[in-house]
Amino acid sequence: MTKARTGRPLAAFGALMLRDARVLSRELIPFAVRVIMQPLLFLFVFTYLFPRLGTGSQMMVGGGSFATVLLPGLMAVAIMFTGIAAVALPLSGEFGITREIDDRVMCPLPVYAVALEKICFAALQCMLAALLVLPLAYYIPSTPVALHVSSWPVFVAVLILASLVSAALGLAIGSSVQPRQIGLVFSIVVIPITFLGCVYYPWALLSHVRWLQVAVLVNPIVYMSEGLRTALTPGMPHMPTLAILAGLLLSFALLGGFGLRSFLRRVIS
Amino acid sequence: MIVEITALHKTYEGKPDPVVAVAGIDLAVEPGQIFGLLGPNGAGKTTTISICTTRALPTSGTVTISGVDVVKHPARARVSMGVVPQYNTLDRSLTVLENLFFHCRYFGIGAAAARSRSQALLEQFQLGERGKSFPNQLSGGLQQRVQIARAIAHHPAVLFLDEPSAGLDPQSRIAMWEAVTSLRKEGITVVLTTHYMEEADALCDQIAIVDKGRILALGSPDELKHRHGAQTRLELKLRDASATGSLLSALRSMPDVATAEPTPEGLRIFARQLDGLLPPVVSAAQAAGLRDLTIHEPSLETVFLALTGRELRD
Ligand SMILES: Nc1ncnc2c1ncn2[C@@H]1O[C@H](COP(=O)(O)OP(=O)(O)OP(=O)(O)O)[C@@H](O)[C@H]1O
Ligand SMILES: [Mg+2]
Repeated sequence: MTKARTGRPLAAFGALMLRDARVLSRELIPFAVRVIMQPLLFLFVFTYLFPRLGTGSQMMVGGGSFATVLLPGLMAVAIMFTGIAAVALPLSGEFGITREIDDRVMCPLPVYAVALEKICFAALQCMLAALLVLPLAYYIPSTPVALHVSSWPVFVAVLILASLVSAALGLAIGSSVQPRQIGLVFSIVVIPITFLGCVYYPWALLSHVRWLQVAVLVNPIVYMSEGLRTALTPGMPHMPTLAILAGLLLSFALLGGFGLRSFLRRVIS
Repeated sequence: MIVEITALHKTYEGKPDPVVAVAGIDLAVEPGQIFGLLGPNGAGKTTTISICTTRALPTSGTVTISGVDVVKHPARARVSMGVVPQYNTLDRSLTVLENLFFHCRYFGIGAAAARSRSQALLEQFQLGERGKSFPNQLSGGLQQRVQIARAIAHHPAVLFLDEPSAGLDPQSRIAMWEAVTSLRKEGITVVLTTHYMEEADALCDQIAIVDKGRILALGSPDELKHRHGAQTRLELKLRDASATGSLLSALRSMPDVATAEPTPEGLRIFARQLDGLLPPVVSAAQAAGLRDLTIHEPSLETVFLALTGRELRD
């Protein structure tokens, strides 16, 4: 019998994940291109081309090759952009002209669970994106990256938390910004937090510009890149692990809470 | 009762002034009925449906669907209802077949059963070859049919249709009517909103006429016509519309005239019956320069006019 069974919100949650997987499966190549393009070009220009253009000397930052500094940062950026692309862009469309969000909201599970599902699925995409960036660091730079996972639990925890944070950021943006203002949000939020997110330099080196070192602590990307730096390139100076995990958890709680609140407000009138 | 609405109020906290969209609605829909909410733009139809379908929260009052309170247990209430909102909410990233399939999955139907249910729905709604199309590749009428098919995929007890024929061409509208009436055979209760009185008349067993957030009248189309608009309506256009005072009183004294009222172009008569009425009306109006006379058979339009003094469609 095909009768709908009642009281199975978990089944609905799983089915929403399957739906998102189906949609993603049709877009795997655009997804990979979107994820890989930026780190590919970055690594190519700064770690392959520059050494060749210069006198042969390497750019060194904080005692490591620039490639070693860049890799965790580029992974963090890939995670962040994927989170935004996976939640904010579709969501602002679904809220906007099509209002097809109402279809998902009519599923037999609490409305907040629809938003949580978006966060979970986007977080999976973020992890996939981060892992896609890894091999680039092996093949492109002229001097290889000093990659070494010092502690797997820390790496896994950071990867998962960073992905959740960026998905929550996507939810916060997607459910509070009008579709036609998304471009503006990229210019005034996403780009600045990337450049000031300790992506291209370790946080410890900011001690030369003390006020900035303190100010960037409100930026969730800082904890994402520092976290991956701790886990993958422990030779680099980095923030204490505990501070990183606390920063990621706090960012997730704040962004997720704000995102959920705006989501509910947009969906239920 | 499958849908029970009690003392429902909804006020939107608008920017300049709060908007009272629903101002005290009580309704009960019996199983198996096709129930219509008929009313002009802004009457509060969509708001009422949104509250019933857990999309909006009432300011006060309660709604139960199959006995489940929609505010206290929204997720559980959604199991018993199918919804086709006023705007298209098909999943644009999925094909028609996938729209049906994943809808079944959301409602806990297993993969194999969901697959066969989706196929069966494609057949039932004559969408056979369109399974692999994406919604944007279909005409509005077909998309509407997919929405209905999807809404009933999980065998809900009641289907809510908000303005199902808005924006449809006459042919698609007829097809949609057939799809809706065929649901009766499956025992699905239907609650629909419309501002087309022909649609309410053709489809509904029970109609609630709503205006300004209140129910003005409730009953079957025939009951409504008899109770409120049994009268045939005569519209008279006069050359000299100002001098109607004495004419009105002359008309009102005729036994078959229920009421008569002035209109900008002349006057309007609600007649109890037409036999033998026309000659005296025409001769009385002749003096005021009668230039046109139209006769409207009893209709829900007349009912609405009698209840509100306004035309249903502006
Ligand atoms: N989200 C909202 N915020 C503020 N006011 C609203 C909102 N939704 C509806 N209204 C107002 O509430 C009133 C009732 O609207 P509603 O959409 O329920 O009417 P309707 O009968 O469905 O009309 P239509 O035939 O145009 O669809 C209108 O005055 C409308 O402007
Ligand atoms: Mg409406």
